[in-house]
Amino acid sequence: MTTVINVPPSLDEGTFEKVLEQVAAVPADAKILVDARHARWSSPYGLTALLTLAQTRTEKAAFSGPEADDTASYWQRAGFYKHAESLFELHGHVPRARTPGESDVLLEITPVSHSEDVHNVVARIQTKAQSLLANLNIESKATMGFAMTLSEACQNIIEHAGTGGWVAVQTYKYRQRLGRRVVVIAVCDAGQGFKRSLESSGGRPASDRWDDGMALQEAIMRGVSRYRDPGRGQGLAGIRRYVGRWDGKLSVRSGTAKLSIIPDWDEDVPLVENLPPFAGAQMQITIPEKLAR
Amino acid sequence: MIKHIDLGSVLRGTVSERYTNLVTRPTGHAVRGAIEQIMRSIDSATLTVIDFSHVGLLDFSCADEIIAKLLQRYDARHHADAPETAYFVFRGLNEAHLEAIEWVLQHHGLALVAEPLDGEAHLLGDVNDDERAVWQVAWRLGAASFPVVAEHAGIDASRAEWALDQLYQRRLLRREADRFVAVRPES
Repeated sequence: MTTVINVPPSLDEGTFEKVLEQVAAVPADAKILVDARHARWSSPYGLTALLTLAQTRTEKAAFSGPEADDTASYWQRAGFYKHAESLFELHGHVPRARTPGESDVLLEITPVSHSEDVHNVVARIQTKAQSLLANLNIESKATMGFAMTLSEACQNIIEHAGTGGWVAVQTYKYRQRLGRRVVVIAVCDAGQGFKRSLESSGGRPASDRWDDGMALQEAIMRGVSRYRDPGRGQGLAGIRRYVGRWDGKLSVRSGTAKLSIIPDWDEDVPLVENLPPFAGAQMQITIPEKLAR
Repeated sequence: MIKHIDLGSVLRGTVSERYTNLVTRPTGHAVRGAIEQIMRSIDSATLTVIDFSHVGLLDFSCADEIIAKLLQRYDARHHADAPETAYFVFRGLNEAHLEAIEWVLQHHGLALVAEPLDGEAHLLGDVNDDERAVWQVAWRLGAASFPVVAEHAGIDASRAEWALDQLYQRRLLRREADRFVAVRPES
């Protein structure tokens, strides 16, 4: 029997939870069909999280892509289908693959599993980031910080996931909460997650309570790493500083919890627990357009 | 003896010809290994100029792996057996490098001598006011005993001596008999 998992028309960090709620009820070795026919839009988080979802299934999931041509075409340009064809059984219409160089996406969905992947991602984003951040009225000195943030976010996969992951960067108008343009970095993996990563070297604090939420707090708020080296944990701290400086938002989901660093313009909750379980860690960094004074 | 290490060349020679950015911890580890190999091959007292001029981006992980670990190895406060013959000056640092460097220096309580191409050399990192003041005097004079430095810095002699000794232990100044000597590439 195949269970149909409906993808919401607008797929982002928040609505992806509706996907996970449906998946949570289905064992990993049972067949699912991820039905995205009615999807009209997805953030980079939504697309990378869908690929991550496919990686968590022992029985290969089926996938039906968006019926709307412009949506399907964007998903193709964002690199979704390039990776989806090996992770899902693709059903229905698959849009034509474009030739390299045609994409208007800031950073297409890119697999990250080795140090050299991070070098390539950083090199690709550097040139584009300068003009992008200028369009968002953000000073040119933010460009280097943006590339550093991207680098550290990707390294989090290599250092802690124990498996490969995905990164994507895109800019779009965030109408729902902000009414401004934003640039979004999404980094997702289906690895061991923060809790198991910290447990692997005794990074767990001496406390009765130990769960995904606490592991996220230890890693993100207190810079705890599974490595004994006192220099570790600075990458996430650096991401937090960059996000804070540019009035951005950072959210990290792992297991059944999500921790967010929330700016004034957002109404999210700092720590959400008891979410549907999802393997690995999923990070989203949102930097908003700066209002001209 | 002065040794010049172009980090851009080290990066391309040890990791990949294609790379210009110092990012990721494995890259930092490999580059520091190459620097330490160069340092081991030198017997005499050496001032090593680490040149960032041909490096694009430097991220936190790489800065920690290269700069923090390198400085710790040669800092007598971290290693009792830290050689008294190795000193560093960091050249060619720009905005793309400073954020990560300042962060890791503060995180580990370290400091370094930075020599911009178009400005005065200065200390970066975790130094207090006395240390900064006596270092600036020593840099300006080239070499001086602690009472002379104290007089120029306008601070008490015992405080100046303490600050100078701290800088010496951190290999931010050299010591020759009773004089403290600035680590200047041209000296």
